[in-house]
Amino acid sequence: MNTELKILQPMKYYWLYFLISLSVILPGSYSLIRYGLKPSIDFNGGSTFVWQDSSLTIDDIKAKASELEITVQEISLNNDQFAITTAPLMEGKYQEFKAPTTIELSFDTVGPSLGAELVSKTITGIFLAASLILLYVAYRFKNFKFGASAIIAMLHDSLVLLGTFSLLGHYFGIEVDTLFVTALLTILSFSVHDTIVVYDRIRELKKKHGYLEFEDIVNRAVVETMGRSINNSMTIIFMLLAMYLLGGDTTKWFIFALLVGTISGTYSSTFTAAPLLILWDKLSHRSSILPLSRRT
Amino acid sequence: MRLRRNIFLIVLLTALALVVDAPKNYPVNLSLLGNNISFVISSPTLKLGTWERDLNIKQGLDLKGGTEVMLVADMGSIAVENRSDALESAREVIARRVDLYGVAESTVKTVISGDSYRINVALPGIDNPDEALQLIGSTAKLDFRELPEATDSALYSDFLPTNLTGSDLQKASVGFNSQTSKPEVNLQFSEEGGKKFSEITARNIGKPLAIFLDEYPISAPTVQDRIDGGSAVINGEYTLDEAKNMAITLNAGALPVSISVLSQQNVAPTLGADSVAKSIRAGGVGLALVALFMILNYGWLGLVADLGLVIYGLLTLALYKLIPITLTLPGLAGFILSIGMAVDSNILIFERMKEEMRKGNDWSSSMESGFGKAWDAIKDANIATLITTFILYNPLEWSFLNSSGMVRGFALTLFLGIATSLFTGIFVTRNLLRATMSKKI
Repeated sequence: MNTELKILQPMKYYWLYFLISLSVILPGSYSLIRYGLKPSIDFNGGSTFVWQDSSLTIDDIKAKASELEITVQEISLNNDQFAITTAPLMEGKYQEFKAPTTIELSFDTVGPSLGAELVSKTITGIFLAASLILLYVAYRFKNFKFGASAIIAMLHDSLVLLGTFSLLGHYFGIEVDTLFVTALLTILSFSVHDTIVVYDRIRELKKKHGYLEFEDIVNRAVVETMGRSINNSMTIIFMLLAMYLLGGDTTKWFIFALLVGTISGTYSSTFTAAPLLILWDKLSHRSSILPLSRRT
Repeated sequence: MRLRRNIFLIVLLTALALVVDAPKNYPVNLSLLGNNISFVISSPTLKLGTWERDLNIKQGLDLKGGTEVMLVADMGSIAVENRSDALESAREVIARRVDLYGVAESTVKTVISGDSYRINVALPGIDNPDEALQLIGSTAKLDFRELPEATDSALYSDFLPTNLTGSDLQKASVGFNSQTSKPEVNLQFSEEGGKKFSEITARNIGKPLAIFLDEYPISAPTVQDRIDGGSAVINGEYTLDEAKNMAITLNAGALPVSISVLSQQNVAPTLGADSVAKSIRAGGVGLALVALFMILNYGWLGLVADLGLVIYGLLTLALYKLIPITLTLPGLAGFILSIGMAVDSNILIFERMKEEMRKGNDWSSSMESGFGKAWDAIKDANIATLITTFILYNPLEWSFLNSSGMVRGFALTLFLGIATSLFTGIFVTRNLLRATMSKKI
């Protein structure tokens, strides 16, 4: 090979990148299968009650709830009446939670605001969108492996996000709610968006330097798009870090989910989708009986 | 010449967006050279036929509160073990009605309190709670009734039900009578319903056929001829709003149980003002960091991109007010995030420009080819995202996909973000860069 064309070979270490991915995905997936996700009141419903007590404050109730490990979703104060919504409460725990002097005005059981139908239809929608994106990418890049690798990278990112929240749910009681669904959808779009930018460079280099090995083209494309990938993700990560550190509690885990997804999405475009292309290319050559004439 | 026209277009759009974005009745007091100047800034109210926007930003339950209605279902005729299911399907019908009525970011929950089966509907800032209440609470049981024998003085109580009911309906829509131009409701039956309708009209030629909604007769046209093709019209003295609401309730389906209003109250915002202020401040810090990052990295190119971002923010906010989109705290976080993401196309282009400059091209041709070459990537990447928004929004109302609530709202805001960022990232920055360049030369 001409020394002039010598390029960095970051894709040589693809096994290392897959190993890093697996080290995140395997524990997450294990937790996902074993413990699942911790659904919030949005999916599960819960208890809602109204208390009357002029000696209580919202902070008192919140402190007592965290002491008893009760998840409070909403508290609002109207004169001396507190309307409180929590995860489903057993009778015993409820009696512990409520001070004897507090007057109970009502106690109700609420159903989920996100029904099972909405969840299953959204999942259908995601699969349909993924298939269409696969077809679109395969068509635009004139090769099925591009579409399939992009979708695998997207799957990678959703597994990272779902696994992270499954672990967080199991060990720290973090719940997934409506906002988590939104974050997941955002990350799925971001993931493909980022992957296509890397692919575009591969397509362009292939046109210009068709004489190069496919592996070299991918390596070069990865090196060339690295600056853009890092800069773009940096702007988003700046944004998210600021909102995570300074923002209110309500959106904290939503922002965290986006943060995890953005990092995973940036990583997977370069270190999952691109090496997969090379691997796919190699395997398809090996499997054919007569090796396709490879230019030297 | 073209450049001048484009710049004019950008300035005009930005100015229009500023007018739309202006707060309502915001007093300004300042003293200039010893003179006190005070005036009130206010965005106008737009009115075009039936389309009217007061240009107030719609705020969700978390930011502004709203109206909460507790409905109670009459479960008397339903076996105890089926009551939870009946309540859940009533909840779904009501949620669909609320969505069709256009109240975004509402919540509809079932509440079981002892042996009372209730549905809690929380609606963020609506103008006409009574109308919404009527819409939510009506059972919407539609059926067609015929007379056993033709009499001159038939009473509505003489009509007997046929087998054609609201469940045979495929779609109801609002139309206008071609002669009186009064609003009317067009009914399109399913294939099965069309057959039934054809049979019923065939045996009732010359006789009245009554349409009942919730056991109440709404019209009784006389059948002129057998009607094939499965469509019918309900006409009468309706206002446009009444016709629209009738179509909404018919489309959303009939309630499996009858419902009555138990209580109605205004609810306070679920989030404290400090939580909102914190998030907005956080967003501001994040935006400032992004702006600074762009300037440090790309110099005055970054400055132009930042200007593009400001225009992006103004245009998006204007669209939110015009459509209108109900803003919640997570929505706000998403909006701020989308501003961060909107710089992506600029980064792609600027990195390309840097490469072209390194190859020794001059500035102006580097810029043009930077835009040209980055376009392929930008186009493919954004089309992939647009596919996602299309599926999630489900504009064709495919029944196996979601057609309600939060997922749809998400898809709409994502779509707006992409469309606007394509416009500002490509068209606006490019022309601004050309303009600054032409001054340099």
